[in-house]
Amino acid sequence: MSGRGATARRLVVALPYLWLMLFFLAPFAIVLRIALSEVASAVPPYQPHFEGFSKLGEFLSGLDLGNFKTLLDDVLSGDSLYGASYLYSLRIAALTTLFALLIGYPLAYAMAVAPKRWQGALLVFVVLPFWTSFLIRVYAWMGILGPEGPLDKLLMGLGLTDEPLRLLNTEAAVLIGMVYSYLPFMVLPLFASLQKFDRSLLEAAADLGATPLTAFLTVTLPLSLPGILAGAALVFIPCVSEFVIPDLLGGPDTLMIGGVIWNEVFSNRDWPLASAIAIALLVVLVLPLVLLQRARVARERAA
Amino acid sequence: MSEAARTGAVPARKASPGSVRRAFQPWNDPAAKPLVSFRNVVKRFGNVTAVDDLSLSLYPREFFALLGPSGCGKTTLMRMLAGFETPDAGEILLDGVDITKVPPHRRPINMMFQSYALFPHLSVADNVAYGLRREGLPKPEITRRVEEMLALVKLDGLGKRRPDQLSGGQRQRVALARSLAKRPKLLLLDEPMAALDRKLREATQFELMDLQSELGLTFMVVTHDQDEAMTMADRMAVMSHGKLVQIGPPDVIYEAPATRYVAEFVGDINIIEGRVASVAGDLVTVESATAGTVELDEEAPSLKPGEAIFVGLRPEKITLSHDEPGQGVNKVAGEIWDIGYLGDFTMVQVMVGGEGGQLLKVALANRTRRIARPFAWEDKVWLSWDVEAGLVLPP
Repeated sequence: MSGRGATARRLVVALPYLWLMLFFLAPFAIVLRIALSEVASAVPPYQPHFEGFSKLGEFLSGLDLGNFKTLLDDVLSGDSLYGASYLYSLRIAALTTLFALLIGYPLAYAMAVAPKRWQGALLVFVVLPFWTSFLIRVYAWMGILGPEGPLDKLLMGLGLTDEPLRLLNTEAAVLIGMVYSYLPFMVLPLFASLQKFDRSLLEAAADLGATPLTAFLTVTLPLSLPGILAGAALVFIPCVSEFVIPDLLGGPDTLMIGGVIWNEVFSNRDWPLASAIAIALLVVLVLPLVLLQRARVARERAA
Repeated sequence: MSEAARTGAVPARKASPGSVRRAFQPWNDPAAKPLVSFRNVVKRFGNVTAVDDLSLSLYPREFFALLGPSGCGKTTLMRMLAGFETPDAGEILLDGVDITKVPPHRRPINMMFQSYALFPHLSVADNVAYGLRREGLPKPEITRRVEEMLALVKLDGLGKRRPDQLSGGQRQRVALARSLAKRPKLLLLDEPMAALDRKLREATQFELMDLQSELGLTFMVVTHDQDEAMTMADRMAVMSHGKLVQIGPPDVIYEAPATRYVAEFVGDINIIEGRVASVAGDLVTVESATAGTVELDEEAPSLKPGEAIFVGLRPEKITLSHDEPGQGVNKVAGEIWDIGYLGDFTMVQVMVGGEGGQLLKVALANRTRRIARPFAWEDKVWLSWDVEAGLVLPP
């Protein structure tokens, strides 16, 4: 192999790393640095400030884990706003993931078994909502779910309910908005995994005595597990820190962690605490994923 | 080939295949009850008729091969038997019971798929156990049967592997073990050897025949490979455009094909066009433009002088010589145009009837290792054959 080829190869490998360094690691380092600082009436509103390498020691000794300690004490105290909104975020994200899976799986399955010439069009329909602003779509849901909105009118017109449901500003409204917004992220990986699925395996299962339901549970479902996991991760992770949907469709009791961070930054001007919350969230989210991945790799190696 | 087969652990068939086959002819026994009967079955896809008013009976313990070019409807016929396709008309009986509308998972028929269709997420043992689990057998029984099946196909000790950790030949054996595990009344094999290389294919063909006679099962093989069908089958059917053109034991199909299509599809054959000159008892005399006068020993009382017919002549039944053969045989002079050396035999193409005549293929067995062969390009030669060699084919 020529030296030039090796250099070119290294460069190609280096590019994605460079990208991650610039746009993931560097911002993360900045947030971490703010999380280790303390509030100050200054611009930006925290200290210490970095004043050159000559005063690096002073700068570093000014950083501490105070915000994390505050956060931990608060969460451990039991009656904690932060703890409650963490848990609530996880709950909403879990429910959203569940509903997205229940709706998305049949949808993706139907798309995967549809004639090839329709699949392109169906795929376009799934991603079509992305062509409109996310905010506008959430506002539209405000209208639909609102008092005297079309949904209420329809249900009352059909005689299914006697009075308005008052869905807006409830948890149900938040869930509807979340499931609606994140459904494509579930459908796309599921579709990709179900489309690759070899249908002769279902014939083999039927041939060996499996009913259609058993064949689905023992063959289709396990083989689409990678798609399910990918879709669940793509929905769950952004849902935990979702801020706009609970803010617009939710009410006073649907405070998610994204809203808490927003409050800390813009109302309390406590950037360090907000950063600490954000990092704690990252740990809560990323740690299980890393462990899961490790377990999978270990299992694959064993097999 | 298997150790068991080599040491003679598998009886009867190996010792005298001919005699066993001759004795087993349930299709000629009016008292024999068929295991499977197709009755006037029709299957259409859009405006294509894949299976056209077809009737067929398979008998218990029979090894039946369905032979035909791709698109002839043979796979559709098999899929209807497995339950993956429903006939548009007619009925399919299994042991005298109409199973036309029975879904695949309730049929005591198993199939070995051409692609094998092994479950990639399950181990070899779990693949084999899949059908047994659906029956709800107790766990120890399942374990025992799986081990038995893996031993049967000589995959002992590979139960924990996954399909993607196996070779093509091993995967084929897993598929076979899986389809045999439920002890089906009838095993369907869809192009079972298509993905194997030639050596492995030959060994597997004999193993499959041993297995079938050992277990006393009924096999139906779909294949486009005539060697495979002829080697393994008790009886074979040649299919074309949704219809069975001829059904019979392989030697009958080869030596007495019913139509020109069958004659040309199974094996190599020279077709000579001609007109009947005379019929005297069993002796038919045919005048042809290319091969001159051809005499055939054929029971064909319906033939009339002047009728246009085809004479079929297998290449291995023709003798080649430099000198003109004596009286009393069919003979024609020609010139060698091409010699194809194929190892076990040599295929010589001879132009007969002069320039613009007809090329006839002659197969010469290479009985010696002599490199200098007696025939060369452009040699003037004589072709001769017995009166029993040729056969009359309806136009």
